[in-house]
Amino acid sequence: MTATLDRYRPFLINNVLVPVASIIAGFAVAAVAVAISGSDPVAAFEGLFAGSFTNRNAFAETLIASIPYTFLGLGVALGFRAGLFNIGAEGQYYIGGMAGVFVGYSVVGLPSLIDIPLVLLAGMVGGFLWAGIAGALKARFGAHEVIVTIMLNYVAFLLASLLINKGLMSAPHVSTPRTPDVNVAAQLPILLAHSRLHAGLLLAIIAVPVVWFLIERTTIGFRIRTVGFNQGAARAAGISVGWTIFLSMGLSGALAGLAGIVDVLGLGHHMTDTVGAGFGFDAIAVALVARSNPWGIPFAALLFGALHNGAGFMQLSTDPEVSSDLISVVQAMVIMFVAAPSMVSWLFRVRRSQLATVAITQRGADGV
Amino acid sequence: MDLAIEWGRVHALLGENGAGKSTLMNVAYGLTTPDSGEVVFDGRPVTIRSPHDAIRLGIGMVHQHFMLIPPLTVAENIVLGAETAGIGGLMNLEKAYAEVGELSARYGLEVNPRARIEGLSVGNQQRVEILKVLYRGARLLILDEPTAVLTPQEAEGLFAVVRNLVADGAAVIFITHKLGEVMKFADRITVMRRGQVVGSTTPAESSPADLARMMVGRAVLLRVEKQPAHPGEVVLEVHGLTVADDRGQVAVDSVDFEVRKGEILGIAGVEGNGQSELVEAIAGLRRATAGKVTLDGTDVSHRSTHARLRGGLGLIPADRLRQGVVLELPISDNLILDEYDSKPFANHLIRTFSAIRRFAERMIQTFDIRTDGPGSLVSSLSGGNQQKVVVARELGTPPKLLVAAQPTRGVDVGSIEFIHRQLVEQRDAGLAVLLVSSELDEVLSLSDRVAVLYRGKLVAVLSAAEADRDRVGLLMAGAA
Repeated sequence: MTATLDRYRPFLINNVLVPVASIIAGFAVAAVAVAISGSDPVAAFEGLFAGSFTNRNAFAETLIASIPYTFLGLGVALGFRAGLFNIGAEGQYYIGGMAGVFVGYSVVGLPSLIDIPLVLLAGMVGGFLWAGIAGALKARFGAHEVIVTIMLNYVAFLLASLLINKGLMSAPHVSTPRTPDVNVAAQLPILLAHSRLHAGLLLAIIAVPVVWFLIERTTIGFRIRTVGFNQGAARAAGISVGWTIFLSMGLSGALAGLAGIVDVLGLGHHMTDTVGAGFGFDAIAVALVARSNPWGIPFAALLFGALHNGAGFMQLSTDPEVSSDLISVVQAMVIMFVAAPSMVSWLFRVRRSQLATVAITQRGADGV
Repeated sequence: MDLAIEWGRVHALLGENGAGKSTLMNVAYGLTTPDSGEVVFDGRPVTIRSPHDAIRLGIGMVHQHFMLIPPLTVAENIVLGAETAGIGGLMNLEKAYAEVGELSARYGLEVNPRARIEGLSVGNQQRVEILKVLYRGARLLILDEPTAVLTPQEAEGLFAVVRNLVADGAAVIFITHKLGEVMKFADRITVMRRGQVVGSTTPAESSPADLARMMVGRAVLLRVEKQPAHPGEVVLEVHGLTVADDRGQVAVDSVDFEVRKGEILGIAGVEGNGQSELVEAIAGLRRATAGKVTLDGTDVSHRSTHARLRGGLGLIPADRLRQGVVLELPISDNLILDEYDSKPFANHLIRTFSAIRRFAERMIQTFDIRTDGPGSLVSSLSGGNQQKVVVARELGTPPKLLVAAQPTRGVDVGSIEFIHRQLVEQRDAGLAVLLVSSELDEVLSLSDRVAVLYRGKLVAVLSAAEADRDRVGLLMAGAA
């Protein structure tokens, strides 16, 4: 028994203790910030909790928010595993949504069982190609993916806005510019009566083992991880590093695109030029907290979904009012602690040798 | 552990990688603080907390990798950090030139103080490093693997300088793993193994075989036993190969050679004469600017690395950590790094872990990889065992041509012996081997033919009988 425990000790420390301790530490720092600003931290956290978990509807909304976080977090994590920092999940989310919506209202007359997968696939292809631009530029010219994906975010927003506002994809006779609604057949069913909770939750839950399997059990995943760890060794073993970078970036984008189209099919059924709201950036935090391990993603997504969802209620229920921006402080602190595991080791007296640092872009950064 | 160094002596510190030589010397130079124990210098106990303390006491260290600024002159590099400023903070360069000239004349370290570092040979750059240490008043010099980058002739020059220094009353600690040097030139020898001093002796009282046994802890075969080669048909043919380095300079210049089945062609040369570019071009990791590479009868000049590996190439890359292994992956994955997607290790896209594990277990046994099991990460292995993983991967599925670049760099004596034996056995079984090494002894003891690479050109191809140490050494220095 102890032998088994010893064997999994580094895993538990790195994948459970460090994230959990980071979250606790993040909340602790946020509590100090609240106290300094003259409010009651206990009341603030009670409000946050109440706003995200304590009643049926609040919990449903938390789950709804965690659906895109799961897909996006998986996407960013997959990029991390290849040594790529995909900052463009937000843009890929938009493009995926737009591509999916287009297919969703253009192709008519299909039964749901075919229409939904088709539209989801369109969203994934959109995200794949959009991220693939950054992947190809890195693979071919060594253009840093961080810069390219940030820039592509703006291009994506403006492209979506152009398509929605200038007629190409705009719905006729509506007061606010938006795309037409997707066919009813393509819309995701509601899971919980009298709530907005849709079947995207099931898709998100399925996506976790699928992505894990892809990374850990397939030859594609092996290539991705090998390139992420050591490009030189990958190249010497005959693995095409450029192609793998393109593929990883594309798959990362496909998951982000899936997040976009799932939100559309489950919630509004169309795209406006204002959806999104920073999900893509929070997804980086989700992937970091989960330490790029697919199994950790849904838990991190749930945390960030709860923070996202409970913030408003927290602000309303505290007096003097605690700004909903507090959750940004919590998020920032959690990320800081996760990114600096030795700080956690110092706080919780874990031997440093057992810590793994978060693998982000150091290896991928030196060109191709 | 205990170690005493006397003034006026050359003290060799001998041990394998990881034996603790560097850690010990880092303590002396203030880069590491000891957990317990004391350092006594010139009769009084001292605490050395930083290199600054060490320099003040008169301890200087010459690192294996030079720390010089190429565009500056010799004298500028030497006085850097200890400049004497004249009126208005201007550097008194003339004084620096005079001082450096005087210092170099005193110890026979001839080098022009006004020359720029970038124009100097490696041997001369090392002299500058030594002068730098002397200029700061060092009386105890620590030389870390100083001959690793030198030709045999340059090494002789270094030994002469060191003799002058000790004759003048200084003390020199010489860190090395080369037995020949130690025998020839040390006054006292301390052998370390696993962080402990296992013996202290003098060249007169011991032999290379004794020293090797002390280093490894068992008897070691120093000479490679092999029968004459029976070369067959040509496996690798390189014709007019020209390759540029990262800066676009010609690194390999119109090179022609061939390697036959059942022979080892060794390429000797001081590091940086085009070896890495040559190997990369043959492996398809670097594009050649001109010339042709034919592998087993097929022109592979424009084929990818993947295609060449499938066509019978095996590659032991020179830089194990950057190209040879993936430290973060288990041994089993590293053993199939170039075959991960083919049967039996994968069925279409799904990896077959049972086959991967079985193969790994077999390789661990055949190649004597010391580990807890195939699932252990390669980062948990010693350098020698990591290298055995690379060798096992390349030889486990026998290739037609093995390109072995620095196959025993940073590897313990026991593993060197094992890897050398593997190369010879595979040669006897009909493998064509291209051995590229900057260890001249390795090239001379393994090769059936020896080619010398100097500034990107193959300046000679000699038979094993013609290739004696002096002759090859001169060719390596471009003096023939």
